[in-house]
Amino acid sequence: MVCESWKAKLDPYLDGEVPENEMRALDAHVRSCASCSADALARVQMKRSIQAAGKRFTPSAGFRSRIQKSIATKPQRSFRLGWTLAATAAVILMVGTLTSTYLAMRSRTDLANRDHALSEIADLHVDTLASATPVDVVSTDRHTVKPWFQGKIPFAFNLPELQNSQFSLVGGRMTYLDQAPGAHLIYDVRKHHISVFIFQDKSLSPKLAESLNANSQSPKQLPFNMESWSQDGLRYFVIGDASAADIDSLAKLFKAAS
Amino acid sequence: MFYHVDVTGADVHPDSFEELAMPLFDQLYNFAQWLTQNRDEAEDLVQETYAKALKGFSSFRLGTNFRAWMYRILRNTFLTSRTGLKATMTIPLDDEEHGQEMAVELDTPETLLFERASRDALQSAVDDLPVYSREVLLLCDVEEMSYQEISETLSIPIGTVMSRLSRARRALRDRLRPKLQEAGTAAVEKGASHGL
Repeated sequence: MVCESWKAKLDPYLDGEVPENEMRALDAHVRSCASCSADALARVQMKRSIQAAGKRFTPSAGFRSRIQKSIATKPQRSFRLGWTLAATAAVILMVGTLTSTYLAMRSRTDLANRDHALSEIADLHVDTLASATPVDVVSTDRHTVKPWFQGKIPFAFNLPELQNSQFSLVGGRMTYLDQAPGAHLIYDVRKHHISVFIFQDKSLSPKLAESLNANSQSPKQLPFNMESWSQDGLRYFVIGDASAADIDSLAKLFKAAS
Repeated sequence: MFYHVDVTGADVHPDSFEELAMPLFDQLYNFAQWLTQNRDEAEDLVQETYAKALKGFSSFRLGTNFRAWMYRILRNTFLTSRTGLKATMTIPLDDEEHGQEMAVELDTPETLLFERASRDALQSAVDDLPVYSREVLLLCDVEEMSYQEISETLSIPIGTVMSRLSRARRALRDRLRPKLQEAGTAAVEKGASHGL
């Protein structure tokens, strides 16, 4: 009778859905109780059997291609070309009216945009490290961390192989910049934490992307070392209190992996 | 923190839907055929799901759970189809809101029984389950969704997810037990005929 209350919790326990403190209590009980232990084993085996038997139906290649075609984006080239020409003409007219004062102002605005974004990145880095749960997926294995982002962010990215390097992967979490979703990965190097942020170029506002491209050097007031670059449609930020050489090494590993 | 993707406006991310939706294609199809139990109907269901999702993508909030959103569309489309209505007509709205199930009685060595259970027997037992039990079991054990994701997909509270899961698993055991006992008896008889 004593086990009745434990057994009622076995399914959520095996589904990984009980709080950590309860999980520990259940662990201890299952280890010491032969009846619950046998019950748990039977349930695990059933769960595994269902998992294997459940992957039963496969769509045909023809059906896949039909769906793919039905949702593929139409390029609408002529429409875009028309707008491009019109926009180009408008820009040429506008350029004539621009004054040197405006250009100077724009340059200052670009820098301000860039500095604001980089400050936000630094805030995200600090805020995450201060959190009790800095990562949502905890793993040193890139093959565990990368698939975790599937379905959570609208793009894919490559993580570098870290064997024979001084870096180790801690885990990852979702993040946002400029209201766009992205991946936040945390690496360790000699007790320093380094954040790597990845966003889609096109999801960042054009002004921000432009200002980042135009001003590659780090702002002097940033209290961290940072590198940022754009590659294959993705914008990367590598930031941390590690040395500039460490930041650069990790950035190079990412550039090589992409 | 979330932003809405305006698929008709200037800030269009034209390939976002495709990039998000196509990786889910195989698993959505598998789930659709489990629900409909018919290949043609599964294809129609998946096709309608993708069409609806593409149309409604502007209302999807990026950063929220896209997978749960797609499954919800597929499942709601199924429930309003002729097959779906027929499948749910006989389901009683019983005491599922009453929280946790009591412990399951395991009066047979199921460890051995499940080892012997053939994949066919298990699949046929899952097929026999009422649709509300079948879907929650597949979402949890095959799609490996968390209770929270299942709750979002089925639009039911987490407590109901737990009670439906518990009931589904018990029903599956009940359906499997006679099949497995038959297999066990056959094995004993086979052993006896060999002079054991």
